[in-house]
Amino acid sequence: MALKIVKGSIDRMFDKNLQDLVRGIRNHKEDEAKYISTCIDEIKQELKQDNIAVKANAVCKLTYLQMLGYDVSWAAFNIVEVMSSSKFTYKVSCSQLQLQSVDAVLITTIINSVSLPLVTQDLSSPNQYDTGVALTGLSCFVTPDLARDLASDIMTLMSHTKPYIRKKAVLIMYKVFLKYPESLRPAFPRLKEKLEDPDPGVQSAAVNVICELARRNPKNYLSLAPLFFKLMTSSTNNWVLIKIIKLFGALTPLEPRLGKKLIEPLTNLIHSTFCLVFAVLISLSSGMPNHSASIQVRDFPLKYLGLLAMSKILKTHPKSVQSHKDLILQCLDDKDESIRLRALDLLYGMVSKKNLMEIVKKLMLHVDKAEGTTYRDELLTKIIDICSQSNYQYITNFEWYISILVELTRLEGTRHGHLIASQMLDVAIRVKAIRVFAVAQMATLLDNGHLLTGNMQRNGICEVLYAAAWICGEFSEHLEDPMQTLEAMLRPKVATLPGHIQAVYVQNAAKLFATVLRKQEGTTDSLAAQETSQLLIDRLPLFVQSANLEVQERASCILQLVKYIQKLQQKEVEVAEEVTALFAGELNPVAPKAQKKVPVPDGLDLDAWINEPPSESESEDEKPKAIFTKEEPKHTRPRHTEVDEKELARRREARKQEQANNPFYIKTSPSSQKVYQDQPGVEHIPVVQIDLSVPLKVPGMPMSDQYLKLEEERRQKERSERKKKEKKKKREKHGRGRRADSGPESEEDITPAHHVDIVTEEMPENALPSDDDDKDPNDPHKALDIDLDKAQSKSVVMLSTDPAYSQLPSFLFQASDLDFWLSSAPVPPVMQVESGYFIPQVMSAQFLFQKSTKHKKKKQKKEKEEKEKKKKKKHHHHHHHHHHHLHSADESVQNGTVEEEEEPLPVRTWPMWWFCMPHVLGCENYVFVCVYDVQGNLQDGSQVVVSVIFENKTDHFLKSMEFNVLDSLNSKLQRPEGSSPHDGLAVPFQLPPGVSNEARFVFSVQSIVMPQKLKGTLTFIVKTEDASTHEKLDFKLHFTCTSYLITTPCYSDAYAKLLESGELKSSSLKLEGVIMPFHHLLARICFHHHFSVVERIDSCASMYSRSIQGHHVCLLVKTSNQTVSIDAKCDEPSLLGNVLDEIKHTFSQC
Amino acid sequence: MIKAILIFNNHGKPRLSKFYEHYSEDTEQQIIRETFHLVSKRDENVCNFLEGGMLIGGSDNKLIYRHYATLYFVFCVDSSESELGILDLIQVFVETLDKCFENVCELDLIFHVDKVHHILSEMVMGGMVLETNMNEIITHVDAQNKMEKSEAGIAGAPARAVSAVKNMNLPEIPKNINIGDISIKVPNLPSFK
Repeated sequence: MALKIVKGSIDRMFDKNLQDLVRGIRNHKEDEAKYISTCIDEIKQELKQDNIAVKANAVCKLTYLQMLGYDVSWAAFNIVEVMSSSKFTYKVSCSQLQLQSVDAVLITTIINSVSLPLVTQDLSSPNQYDTGVALTGLSCFVTPDLARDLASDIMTLMSHTKPYIRKKAVLIMYKVFLKYPESLRPAFPRLKEKLEDPDPGVQSAAVNVICELARRNPKNYLSLAPLFFKLMTSSTNNWVLIKIIKLFGALTPLEPRLGKKLIEPLTNLIHSTFCLVFAVLISLSSGMPNHSASIQVRDFPLKYLGLLAMSKILKTHPKSVQSHKDLILQCLDDKDESIRLRALDLLYGMVSKKNLMEIVKKLMLHVDKAEGTTYRDELLTKIIDICSQSNYQYITNFEWYISILVELTRLEGTRHGHLIASQMLDVAIRVKAIRVFAVAQMATLLDNGHLLTGNMQRNGICEVLYAAAWICGEFSEHLEDPMQTLEAMLRPKVATLPGHIQAVYVQNAAKLFATVLRKQEGTTDSLAAQETSQLLIDRLPLFVQSANLEVQERASCILQLVKYIQKLQQKEVEVAEEVTALFAGELNPVAPKAQKKVPVPDGLDLDAWINEPPSESESEDEKPKAIFTKEEPKHTRPRHTEVDEKELARRREARKQEQANNPFYIKTSPSSQKVYQDQPGVEHIPVVQIDLSVPLKVPGMPMSDQYLKLEEERRQKERSERKKKEKKKKREKHGRGRRADSGPESEEDITPAHHVDIVTEEMPENALPSDDDDKDPNDPHKALDIDLDKAQSKSVVMLSTDPAYSQLPSFLFQASDLDFWLSSAPVPPVMQVESGYFIPQVMSAQFLFQKSTKHKKKKQKKEKEEKEKKKKKKHHHHHHHHHHHLHSADESVQNGTVEEEEEPLPVRTWPMWWFCMPHVLGCENYVFVCVYDVQGNLQDGSQVVVSVIFENKTDHFLKSMEFNVLDSLNSKLQRPEGSSPHDGLAVPFQLPPGVSNEARFVFSVQSIVMPQKLKGTLTFIVKTEDASTHEKLDFKLHFTCTSYLITTPCYSDAYAKLLESGELKSSSLKLEGVIMPFHHLLARICFHHHFSVVERIDSCASMYSRSIQGHHVCLLVKTSNQTVSIDAKCDEPSLLGNVLDEIKHTFSQC
Repeated sequence: MIKAILIFNNHGKPRLSKFYEHYSEDTEQQIIRETFHLVSKRDENVCNFLEGGMLIGGSDNKLIYRHYATLYFVFCVDSSESELGILDLIQVFVETLDKCFENVCELDLIFHVDKVHHILSEMVMGGMVLETNMNEIITHVDAQNKMEKSEAGIAGAPARAVSAVKNMNLPEIPKNINIGDISIKVPNLPSFK
């Protein structure tokens, strides 16, 4: 045997290993590809051998080749095979390989068939590094199937004894959540627990995962804020701190009170760690009130981060950033592109009506200076973004803007020609006042078109000509010399432009032609008109031969038209009117989403068949017919309802108001045609008032700078005028008292150069308001948007022993402790850190306290009576008792026997599953709703921790709460030293109305083999406005045997040994009529009774759990035909008996 | 989340690439090339953050890099990661490599890619930061190395000997590259504490 191994390894040592491969590649610099292909052949040979070591070596080499960009997916199967080897060394190499790159189909089939058992086997390996490697590997290739199958295993690993495994398991849960979102709910409580893990590494992993989850759906994690707050103030790990601060950055916008709470610890942090400052700035700018920013830009990375932070602050506090304008403009000169880009981003948010021109001027200077097309393109888009943001809000002078756009066309080699073009179109269409100017500019552009197209490399910019041609054509009535423009558009050079631009040229040449004709016919110079036609007939054939279909079609169509016109002209017929009618009507902008938002009209069923569906067989032929005839009236009626004239007129009027003149809107009323022709909406357009202080035409090619100057002059003039007026006023009002000075020029004072009607984009009538447009349906994080507050209550449902829990009121689990935490009251010790390590125990029962006092207010009584009526309808027999009690209380009030000292009412202590939640649903007369949760303490086998959540349901303040339990021989409440066994424990907080909080009590338990019930009392003071009363509640705590069990993973070999040892006593249980699937059944046992599955084979599974005192409990669960038999073994027979009873009870409930 | 971790030298030769999202081999190579192109043209004294790799991710993502001697360490991350945090992580990574290889140089990364992967997997798992404490990382890496050695045992000895001999017989290693130059000097980052 040994000889064989040695022999194998001697063979092996002459194989190439990774180092040899690397060396070889380096030695074959010239023919690397060839060398590698021979290597791959060798690897293929190696993979075919039986020796697993050889295969592992091959896989190791593949990892390297993959990095160099060679496809290795063909080896997927072998990789999985090596992964399954028992030797650690080989596995490591595989986990490095990015198996994810393997074809998706292949991976699902392979992994599901082969690696699932392998991975599960690894996951339960006794060696922490084996498990670790399995987890690392898994992180690379989690698939939905794998995630679903392994979720529960990984969840068990999250409470592994080794922090190394816990850490990895926690991290990988995120990947599992992404692939299998359903697992988030059950796993979340445990994940939350890991935030308080004693190991900092695990803590940091949990913080990582929750931050990652919360980034997408922060609102679900708001309830964790107190926990994170505590971590933030206690943690020293910078990584964790940064993450938490980032998380708070996402949370503060949702909960403004959080911001206030955070100020103090954060300022502490800022003092202690300088580098964190910027992280802090970045995250908190979103939520801090009155946050004033001051950046010191010193270091390079910090400069960048400072700018980043400012952009965040800008969103909330624009004023504070605007004062740094000069600093930011300086950053534009920085040699670092990242910093420049950031500064650009900032500028976007900083512009106002006042400084827009100035900023854009600076940017234009940079455009000229900039080297490198990417940065220049970025500048260009930013200029356009800045100007066009929020519907051209900041532009006071559109002539200036058009000239900026024209200037931008002179940029060389930009990719954003289409952007400029669309801006030109947009402005020209929507700003009616600017059309005259725009058309003049565009005509010049067209004239100089050859400059733009001179170099075909720069074809990006020729897109502008598209816009220019369209604008000149569409608004040709504004052209000064349409003939010249027409000429320019029909130059032979145009044929070199891209097809879609040529098409626009041709079409708009026709429009121009119409205009020209009209003008020329007006002057009765018929010869000129004929010459124009001739020009078209001469030039158009060039386009008819175009390779582009669109151009060809349009050109030949128009050519024929012109020929026909020419014929008419020769007969001296006036044609201009008819030709113009070809292009009559106005084009209005339509919002991009308009089509999507057209509502489906009433009575139109899009799913209904228009024609009857083809029948499959003749026998069924009659049926669909019947359906069709039956349905027909239903569908047709609404369409045919005659709307009376009045209604029609009213509708028409409303529509007119709403969207003055839209020829493209599909109108249902017959009058739409008229609207088209009369264009009644024109009256609604305000007549442009031209401010004469600005000359409308700037001679020559306009320079935007001129506008800047003019604008400033104009403003100054206005200002001085205003001052004069004010002085006058002052003089008039002199003596009446001083008026406040007008102060610096404010935004509103700047009047636009001319009143501009910015036509808004049109939307269909009664468009459906929807916000979901931005959401990407493919976003994997969308699935993770799970309301975890709800989740908690649901997990309780899963974990509780009683189906009635499903009716749990959600208020039990809402973020009310958060409210309490955020309220100004001193921070209560929420979630005390336990030094020990707790294995989570599930909620085993709940109890509630009954208010034993009387109701003193008549108002309350009335409410109660109403509630009672409702209850009577709802509730079942065992509530009668309860009702009776209420009545007696009411009667006593009615009798007027209001006593100060309360009469001790019989307090009922119900068995656990009796007073489950139905009572809570309608419980005005309960002061408290308490939920408790029993946890075993792993460190100390004799301790049980009970967490109780108190919720105040009264309108009064509760204080001085004392919790006391009547100790039994077996179980004792742990009290501080020196107190007698009858003293109560003070609950360390007070409860304002409607608030809940959690307290933990430690019990020492001697024997855990029996379930126990402890009686206890809670005393407290109710503080009303005028008086405070002392009150007392009785309750019962129920410790089931299950609650002493702790989910402990067990490996099958250890399990087998345990069973063989023969120290265990056995017992069995049979459950009849269980209809749930086997894996549900197992999950139920795992959840409710803290077991873990050791092995599962078909319909048979072995399970294991351990008590806090180290008793082993083993189950063998089999199922056949609705009968489940459980054979159990345990070293403590009575414990086993009780656990089995509880299991039986669980299943009797479902 | 960390989307990818790349190490390449001044000439753009990849020394380590780890992608935490799926790309085809071709795209991966393209990404490496593009990243190299973006990073290499930047001056030494500009900031370590870079936006806008076209291929990997788009607008949400950032490249955070450091340049040590002949190597660029580039992390591509999305907006949930803190820039300075990642910068710190790169430092931790390099320091860990330095400890594990004793004066790490580019050659170490070339010939022991598997080890580097190994160390990395102790720091980052599936794109999430696993551990930032250097001592912790080294402890686990050492423990696993020991395991590997003990597993190989006698059987591994001849192979190790052969590889040692091979190493000795290859004078081209020092010839090609002057080791003195490429040793990565780990400068001390201003502490984050």
